[in-house]
Amino acid sequence: MNAVAQVTQGAGVPSRDDAAVLVHGLTRRFGDGPAVLDRLDLAIAPGEFVALLGHSGSGKSTLLRTLAGLDPVTEGSVARPREVSVVFQESRLLPWKRVWQNTVLGQDGADRRDRAVAVLEEVGLGHRIDAWPLTLSGGEAQRAALARALVREPAFLMLDEPFAALDALTRLKMQQLVSDLWTRHRCSVLLVTHDVDEALLLADRAVVLERGRIRTDVLIPMDRPRRHADPRFEHLRGVLLESLGVHDG
Amino acid sequence: MHGEAIFGRLSGSGSVPARSAGYNQITLNCGMNNIYLTSRMNQAKLRRIPIEVPLKEGTADMSGTLIRTVSPVAARAAPRSAWRPRLGVLTRYASPFFLVLLWQAACSTGLLSTRLVASPAQIVATGWSLTRDGSLQTNLAVSLARAGSGLAIAFVAGVSLALISGLSRLGEDIVDAPLQILRTLPALALVPLFILWFGIGETPKIALVALGSSFPIYLNLHKGIRSIDPKLLEMARTLGLSRARTIRDVILPGALPDLLVGLRFAVGISWLMLVVAEQVNADSGIGHMMMDAEDFLRTDIILVGLVIYGLLGLASDQIVRFLETTLLSWRPSHRIARSA
Ligand SMILES: Nc1ncnc2c1ncn2[C@@H]1O[C@H](COP(=O)(O)OP(=O)(O)O)[C@@H](O)[C@H]1O
Ligand SMILES: [Mg+2]
Repeated sequence: MNAVAQVTQGAGVPSRDDAAVLVHGLTRRFGDGPAVLDRLDLAIAPGEFVALLGHSGSGKSTLLRTLAGLDPVTEGSVARPREVSVVFQESRLLPWKRVWQNTVLGQDGADRRDRAVAVLEEVGLGHRIDAWPLTLSGGEAQRAALARALVREPAFLMLDEPFAALDALTRLKMQQLVSDLWTRHRCSVLLVTHDVDEALLLADRAVVLERGRIRTDVLIPMDRPRRHADPRFEHLRGVLLESLGVHDG
Repeated sequence: MHGEAIFGRLSGSGSVPARSAGYNQITLNCGMNNIYLTSRMNQAKLRRIPIEVPLKEGTADMSGTLIRTVSPVAARAAPRSAWRPRLGVLTRYASPFFLVLLWQAACSTGLLSTRLVASPAQIVATGWSLTRDGSLQTNLAVSLARAGSGLAIAFVAGVSLALISGLSRLGEDIVDAPLQILRTLPALALVPLFILWFGIGETPKIALVALGSSFPIYLNLHKGIRSIDPKLLEMARTLGLSRARTIRDVILPGALPDLLVGLRFAVGISWLMLVVAEQVNADSGIGHMMMDAEDFLRTDIILVGLVIYGLLGLASDQIVRFLETTLLSWRPSHRIARSA
């Protein structure tokens, strides 16, 4: 690993007191199998955008599900804000509720529809408010899922490969959208992705999960909007790919 | 039909669903130099109509809305598709109509004895006279009341039991096993027992209908509840939905399609049960009317009864279908079917 990576590594890790999300010594195994997460430590500052990289099966979704409260914490500790939202790879909209009803599912108040309309417009779905989810395209469905996550005004947003099933063009638009939304809402974000470029375009920090632990933790100190042509981009790309065990020319 | 517009959304080089009058389902496939229009017309063979690209204005915006005028090639195809259904209806009913004619001819010429089977004209005449003296309506009302109340009981019982066993593990242990064993019994075999228990009044008939038609309702709704997409349930959890809310917003609507399938089976079974119950012992109802006619060799009345049963079955099936299209309007297939 070269000098710049060493300098940036670990520099952005928030201290224990001001972290929004704090994972300490988290261990998770399924049955008698090997530990998928092995005494994992991770801290995310308020408003920080962290990208979580790792090979398929490295435990990224397991970590995220634990943070979302879907899986139990058996060993170690997890502290996170109360208001969290999750967006999965599939939009998971209820097919029998209209888009706006899906957006404010479980929300109360007389202004439900107004809030739904506002947030749907924010994600660029103002024209499909009354549509049935099964008539949406893949990109539109993910926009609706994002709207549903945002309407709760989460302090911590988790995204589990939200664009993996989208075509390349739609994915670019969605990345832009997430970037804009994060600039406006400033919640902490944990984005699970297997796309190094996506991590470098969006995140403040990239962490790589390997053998159950965060083995690489890299700051991405570039101004936004970011360009692939930026030499730092190229450099960080090399660092991350190397830590993923991929060597590009 | 000329210059008919097709509205669709184009993204990249994928397939794009579009809608237009006369087509049930159209897919636009955009390649580099050509556009294919694939349409499925009334379950006819999948057709691929190549269109020369008559793009009038604008360029293909990769993600924008595509509004284009169809070329003469496609425009010529449109009228055919619009009038094919009408022709289809004709050819579809031509054969049964011809058979009825044949039947009438056989009866008129004496080839077919009216002791065995009455002629279509005779059936119509008998149906009319039964209606005029009011006996048909009376019997029909009695039969409808039996089927209706039996079905209502079956619905309440089937839905309640399915909710109990679908929503709780304990409930499943208590309710499901006995029902799975009971359902293997042919309900009709219970007729003698029911007569012993309930006598010969309305009770055994209604009970028989109720028993027979609760099973499809129970089984389908139970299956529907148990097979809700676990990812949706997980989503409900991350959204912080209460158990009651999850049942109301996720589980029940998700199981509704299966409930309606069960209801459709139940309706069919209820008529079956009714026929048997009314023919075994009854002093009124369509089945009784038919059994009475047997004593007097009145094949015409028997056939009127059969026609009534047929119409009842058809009508109730239509009602369930209507329920499906209104309650499941979120399913894209229904939307396309209705707009066609
Ligand atoms: N419910 C489960 N039961 C058993 N093993 C599981 C379960 N969920 C995940 N695993 C295992 O845990 C490992 C990590 O899975 P996952 O977190 O989904 O990986 P990733 O999201 O990084 O691709 C995999 O080896 C997977 O087989
Ligand atoms: Mg995963």
